[in-house]
Amino acid sequence: MIALLARDLRLAVRAGGGFGLGLAFFLIVTALVPFGVGPEGGTLARIAPGILWVGALLACLLSLDRIFALDFEDGSLDLLATAPIPLEAVVAVKSLAHWLTTGLPLVLAAPVFGLLLNLPGPGYGALVASLAVGTPALSVIGAFGAALTVGLKRGGLLLSLLVLPLYVPTLIFGAEAVRRGAGGLDFATPLMLLAAITAGALAGLPFAAAAAIRVNLR
Amino acid sequence: MSIWDYANPKKFMQTTDRLLPFVAVPAGLMLAAGLLWGFFLTPDDYRQGATVKLLYIHVPSAMMAINAWGMMLVASLVWLIRRHHVSALAAKAAAPVGLVMTLIALVTGAIWGQPMWGTWWAWDPRLTSFLILFLFYLGYIALWEAVENPDTAADLTSVLCLVGSVFALLSRYAVNFWNQGLHQGASLSLDREQNMADVFWYPLLVCLAGFVLLFLTLVLLRTRTEIRLRRLKALEARERMA
Amino acid sequence: MPLRMDRFSAPDASLAVTGLAVARAGIAVLEGVSFALSPGQALVIRGPNGIGKTTLLRTLSGLQPPLAGRIEGAAEAVAYAGHADGLKATLTVAENLSFWAAIHGSAGIGPALAAMNLTALQGRPAGSLSAGQKRRLALARMLVSGRPVWVMDEPTVSLDAGSVALFADAVRAHLARGGAAVMATHIDLGLPGAAVLDLAPFRARPPAEGGLAGRFDNGFDEAFA
Repeated sequence: MIALLARDLRLAVRAGGGFGLGLAFFLIVTALVPFGVGPEGGTLARIAPGILWVGALLACLLSLDRIFALDFEDGSLDLLATAPIPLEAVVAVKSLAHWLTTGLPLVLAAPVFGLLLNLPGPGYGALVASLAVGTPALSVIGAFGAALTVGLKRGGLLLSLLVLPLYVPTLIFGAEAVRRGAGGLDFATPLMLLAAITAGALAGLPFAAAAAIRVNLR
Repeated sequence: MSIWDYANPKKFMQTTDRLLPFVAVPAGLMLAAGLLWGFFLTPDDYRQGATVKLLYIHVPSAMMAINAWGMMLVASLVWLIRRHHVSALAAKAAAPVGLVMTLIALVTGAIWGQPMWGTWWAWDPRLTSFLILFLFYLGYIALWEAVENPDTAADLTSVLCLVGSVFALLSRYAVNFWNQGLHQGASLSLDREQNMADVFWYPLLVCLAGFVLLFLTLVLLRTRTEIRLRRLKALEARERMA
Repeated sequence: MPLRMDRFSAPDASLAVTGLAVARAGIAVLEGVSFALSPGQALVIRGPNGIGKTTLLRTLSGLQPPLAGRIEGAAEAVAYAGHADGLKATLTVAENLSFWAAIHGSAGIGPALAAMNLTALQGRPAGSLSAGQKRRLALARMLVSGRPVWVMDEPTVSLDAGSVALFADAVRAHLARGGAAVMATHIDLGLPGAAVLDLAPFRARPPAEGGLAGRFDNGFDEAFA
């Protein structure tokens, strides 16, 4: 399983692997918002928590179809399905690889983007904490969506349609934590609810995703 | 005779063929009676005026929007566990009906909300939940449409329905947490006397029954159509093979 | 170059199939397929295009369930090689192979590289290989899988004469170690005692003539009778 993780990470950082695309996309979203709503600091500060979370979510969405589609196309997924490691573990490891290459960079870079959007001082801790706790859920929910659409020729748009509604609870609790943090309030409650969603998704969705992949390989 | 016998396409087609008129006609009668009673024979509300009469469409359609998803969930589970094809097709048949019910609830809600709250749309928890439900229906139907092999599509949509149900429920509570709303509390509960006078309550009950029967009629009809479509596909495939 | 490896222990290299029916996209394509394979044996599957060779091999590998019939033999015993090579273009030859060796828990890719004459290429990215070289790498993966039953779909496609001979040597060595192989191929590899199974007689009959159509479609025919 470590070999699979190492392979996926290596593929992501090699040429054409798409590493950093999500981060660049996040940067562009953050940079475009002030053009849309105006440069006034107060407005930006008020909407920053939401924009940062929506931006992270979209950046995550961007690379979801790569999780399984590439392996499906070149036949590796057939081989992984017949390999000695359970397919549920393959899903979990590939979600982890997706998080390490997409979610984690977003978590680390988020304070800089918060700066661009004039996020109030107390919000930074909440931003990093909520993204760190919430982005794994984005990856594993996305992996489930990717597993559903892996056999389809043009699954990208459908994937977004399937996954975005599933992202709603994560987005609500994540953005709420940042909003409370930015307002100087206690953000432990939304953060814990967010952690609960992540834990639940990590525990359950690999099974659903593996079932969907088996159906798609048939 | 076991209930599962009805999952046999032959048995299902025979039974529903005889059953349909007995569902469709009462559905029409109940709906006509309930709506006419509600629209013309009940007084205007002292605060809401005539707009209160949207109640007779809004509440039943909202109820059926949720119940339709519940029915799809049960049918999906039956398909996943017992592999009855009719069950999978019934889930497929119910989805567009549920989608339209959700749309009706949203639209009547907007029309009602305008004079009451002064806005067509507010990010009220219940409105938001229905919007999310609408998206779930869209995704479910889109997945059915996108997958070519019907058995594969049935499996994938069933898994989506199960996972979607959990997340729809989560969203419901998340949305409550996110924004306390404008909506009045539950109008349909055992202590209804406090919420609603009998003059409004009885026609509403008739409308609710009418919507349930209407839903049943539409789902049975659509399931029959889906079974015929499936038959057509099988015949075409055989034609190609021969 | 002969490959030195221990004989296979459990799971056993035997595979027995009785009355197997397989379906492609929900439609039965083959029915009544039966054969038995014991350690050291190879089975060559023949048949016209579209008869269901790939479907049969995928079913044997456990990638899809059979429509009817029984497959005896552990799915964990089977190593599958399909039409696609399963290679990552941006990884080197050695990286590709090491990955599968690690997944299957086998040590050392050196012998497998040597057996498929890839040692000189091991630092090259797989994307820069020719089609035949990629094929050889995909076959080297069978060697590192350490699994006793090889199920291969057109393994010799795009191989030149020399590479076909290399591949035949590898299969012979595999059989000599007590392995078994099922392959769909039109080339005679000169394998000792290889049985040939022609699929033409097993083509699924239409349901009207008593063929399988799946429970649902049968129920349908009744429903519309």
